[in-house]
Amino acid sequence: MFHQLGPDAASFSADTDRLFWLITVIVGVFFFAAEAMFFWLMFRFRARPGVPGQYVTGKEKHLKRWLNVPHALMLVCDVVIVVAAVRVWVLVKQTLPVADRTIRVVGQQWAWTFTDPGPDGILDTEDDVRTTDQLNVEVGKTYRFELEAKDVLHSFFVPAFRLKQDAIPGRTYTGWFRPTRTGSYDILCAQMCGMGHGMMGAKLIVASAADHAAWLELHAADGALSAVDTTPTPDSTSAQPAVATR
Amino acid sequence: MAHATTHGDHGGPAHDAHAPQSFFHKYLWSTDHKTIAFQYTFTGMAMALIGAFMAYVFRMQLAYPGQAVPGYGVVTPNQYNALVTNHGSIMIFWVAMPVLIAGFGNYLIPLMVGADDMVFPRINRLSYQLFLLSALVLLVSLFVPGGGFGGAWTAYPPLSAKQAFNLTPLGSTLWVIAVAIEFVAFLLGGINFIVTAMNARAPGMKAFDVPIVVWTIVIASLLFMASVGPLIAGAVMLLFDQLLGTSFFDPNRGGDPFLWQHLFWFFGHPEVYVVLLPAMGIVAEIMTVFARKKLFAYKLVVYTFIATGVLSFFVWAHHQFVAGIDPRMANVFTVTTLLISVPIAEMCFAYIATLYGGSITFSVPMLWALSFMAEFLIGGVTGIYLGASGLDIYLHDTYFVIAHFHYTFFPIAIIGTMAGITYWFPKMFGRFMNETWGKIHFWGTIIPFNGIFIPLFILGAMGEHRRVFDYHNFPHLATPEMQAMRVVATVSLLIMLAFQPIFLVNFIASMFRGPKAPKNPWRANTLEWTADSPPPHGNWSEMPTVYRGPYEYSVPGRSEDYWPQNEPA
Amino acid sequence: MSVKTIATTRSAAGLPTGRLAIWWVLVSEIVIFGGVLVSYVMHRLGHPEWAAEAAHTNTWAGATNTLVLLSSSLSAVLAHQAAEHGDGPRAAKLLRLTCLGGLVFLIIKSFEWTHEIREGFTIQAGGFWQYYYTAAGLHAFHVIAGMCIMLWVANSASKNEDLHRVENIGIYWHFVDIVWIFLFPLLYIAK
Repeated sequence: MFHQLGPDAASFSADTDRLFWLITVIVGVFFFAAEAMFFWLMFRFRARPGVPGQYVTGKEKHLKRWLNVPHALMLVCDVVIVVAAVRVWVLVKQTLPVADRTIRVVGQQWAWTFTDPGPDGILDTEDDVRTTDQLNVEVGKTYRFELEAKDVLHSFFVPAFRLKQDAIPGRTYTGWFRPTRTGSYDILCAQMCGMGHGMMGAKLIVASAADHAAWLELHAADGALSAVDTTPTPDSTSAQPAVATR
Repeated sequence: MAHATTHGDHGGPAHDAHAPQSFFHKYLWSTDHKTIAFQYTFTGMAMALIGAFMAYVFRMQLAYPGQAVPGYGVVTPNQYNALVTNHGSIMIFWVAMPVLIAGFGNYLIPLMVGADDMVFPRINRLSYQLFLLSALVLLVSLFVPGGGFGGAWTAYPPLSAKQAFNLTPLGSTLWVIAVAIEFVAFLLGGINFIVTAMNARAPGMKAFDVPIVVWTIVIASLLFMASVGPLIAGAVMLLFDQLLGTSFFDPNRGGDPFLWQHLFWFFGHPEVYVVLLPAMGIVAEIMTVFARKKLFAYKLVVYTFIATGVLSFFVWAHHQFVAGIDPRMANVFTVTTLLISVPIAEMCFAYIATLYGGSITFSVPMLWALSFMAEFLIGGVTGIYLGASGLDIYLHDTYFVIAHFHYTFFPIAIIGTMAGITYWFPKMFGRFMNETWGKIHFWGTIIPFNGIFIPLFILGAMGEHRRVFDYHNFPHLATPEMQAMRVVATVSLLIMLAFQPIFLVNFIASMFRGPKAPKNPWRANTLEWTADSPPPHGNWSEMPTVYRGPYEYSVPGRSEDYWPQNEPA
Repeated sequence: MSVKTIATTRSAAGLPTGRLAIWWVLVSEIVIFGGVLVSYVMHRLGHPEWAAEAAHTNTWAGATNTLVLLSSSLSAVLAHQAAEHGDGPRAAKLLRLTCLGGLVFLIIKSFEWTHEIREGFTIQAGGFWQYYYTAAGLHAFHVIAGMCIMLWVANSASKNEDLHRVENIGIYWHFVDIVWIFLFPLLYIAK
């Protein structure tokens, strides 16, 4: 945990983590300095018999400096943080690299459905593979996702990717990611969506090229049938199949 | 009992004595600002018990999922959602606001500006009655068929607008109505605070002779007034969507769910400063008295509060970074959000600097006031993480956010309240609270408070999302380490709750049997300490005149280290 | 039973208390109506097809109502003048005339809405109509509330009591008028 926020499995995960640690260092310095000064003043100026308080207005130049200097430093640090934050923001939200594959992600009360374009690589054709509550992707490929919601607001959250985007009914949002590490990860719904919000998880499987190709070949023939991989994963506990779609 | 004549303001006798009033008129139908203050405060404290009970229930569910919670039973997913929704709504609208603004505002403003009451006592009474009505409507909403509203305190449509989605038709509608009535109550109340502070000041009291807590409550009322309007409009629209089949927020029929978000957060962000400012005002009053020091750079601090208030109107979309707004807008809002940290830090630095050169006594009020600063700093710096748009992509809707706003709201609503109550108790009731039990209660609250929320920062940073009743549905969030942290948080809450009866007993017992308090036990400067403890109806038999500012402590050359505002030069 | 406090009579800001208060009330009202109207305008701009719906509003009724409200504001000003001269009964009469104007406004509006609803233009009939009824309805609610308070002030004024309130309710009434002056072009003229 001290070098990263959790498993990182996308190309921009590390950028996000670095931003987290940059902010931690900067605010940490200010925070500890302020608290230390605070407690020191409490100790230094505790009431002692025969020692009255001083009449300090705050207009005294040598004292005003104690406000003005930290103030100026803060402004500089804020600029540094803003620049770093905007960098990450632009990378995740304002760039759309050329995609190897485009998938569709649909949130609804209370399940996720994913559409892989299938071997022909084109969405909405006969060989698309639709899965419920499980997303299979190939490591190293750049994915574009089209995010939709059927009923209320949902949010597509993949902690391992450090990626989150709200899904809004009536709109399609286009985003991107590139998985960099194989494994099994959580997909969470990060916007209150009713009774089943706490049961709206999905599994993300990032597979090697060979494994992914095998999976695709196995299911492309089924076409639009649900293709949940029922191979038990080491840490699957009470993960339920999807609630019936509405 | 009618007395339509007014008295000249030349320091002559104030209010005619009333004929002895019935219990009803004295306590339930009163127009006296002090009684109305108590009504708001006690109602707020009762609602706090309900909100705290909700927190107890849902934290027990999180620590021991699926097990029956003692005093409640098994928590279903629907109930969990209703609990977190109403916990948040109650704490903000029915605890923080009534206690900090209407409770302390009503009590202190006339006393501190040297007036005999508010300028519109009957509107004041009406505002409390509306507030009480809103609280009752909210409570009723919890027990109607279908259960209480569970769409989060942010109530985003389409979930909140259509019963087919939220499954709580009565609860959702009553919740919106309760919030709308509460808004109207505070708009009415705010008129009194603003106009009384502006117009009813004692002769000689110039703008910067006004104590800072009055400034902050007035600025907060102005902020509220200027920001709540669009949300009142939005609440009407949401009600119409719920009840009349309109489609303001229905994307299938030409509406826009985003509209609600903007209307909500345009208010929602200034709202946090609406509650922050009074708390900071209270803390400043206490720090100056118990450090025997002028407030450092008082005028600058006032300007900073105003600047923060103005800036607060330009940061709202940082709540919507990942909502689907135009990504370019996010860059604008991340700049404004980080900018607002500057005046807030300024305020914190000024408060810390106030200790310099002081003679500090660690009384119970001072302990609370100092801990406000220490804890609020954590809330403030963790806001930076969330204001940085690139990082908010990850942290939005995680427990990191919850921990951040509890490190701001808890100091505001609980620590600020405790500071104010323990400080003004002698004036309010003419008796002292017990100091020893006060200190025990203090430590028993502050230490566990950190035990609740530090684990939540860590859980949030590990990706734990909000508003989920059972994390065992998510393999990476169900590890033994993470579950252990949830248990630590819950146990800390139990410990903290266990210490609260100490305060309640201390409060009630001291009200009736505490040692008698003189007019000015803390040797403070502000005008309320020149009235009797407790002040009579009309506050003074001779209205005070003001000769100086409120923070003339430790003035060189004087025998006393304080100099009341009303003492002639 | 009046509860007059010393606080109410003071004037540290140099303004009479009632007038100061009514201006702050207007600030909060401006933001409420501002919220509705800004939402409406933004959505109207994004939905050019609403113009076809808006074409069904009755511009003559709207224009007449504008005239009615403006005239009633005039009588409110005259009422204030009378109050300034200490003539309570005359102020009361003029305030009641103002109320009459409000009543005529509401009657015209009820005919208007009845007709529109019969034609099928209900509040559920689409984007334009929901804003139309909500904005105008909120305004009408404020008209009614204003009328009630005005009658109460007129009652005191006729006994030469609390004449300062005549000006204050007049200010509120002018505000209600101004809101309508915004609503009229936005709901009726923009077609």
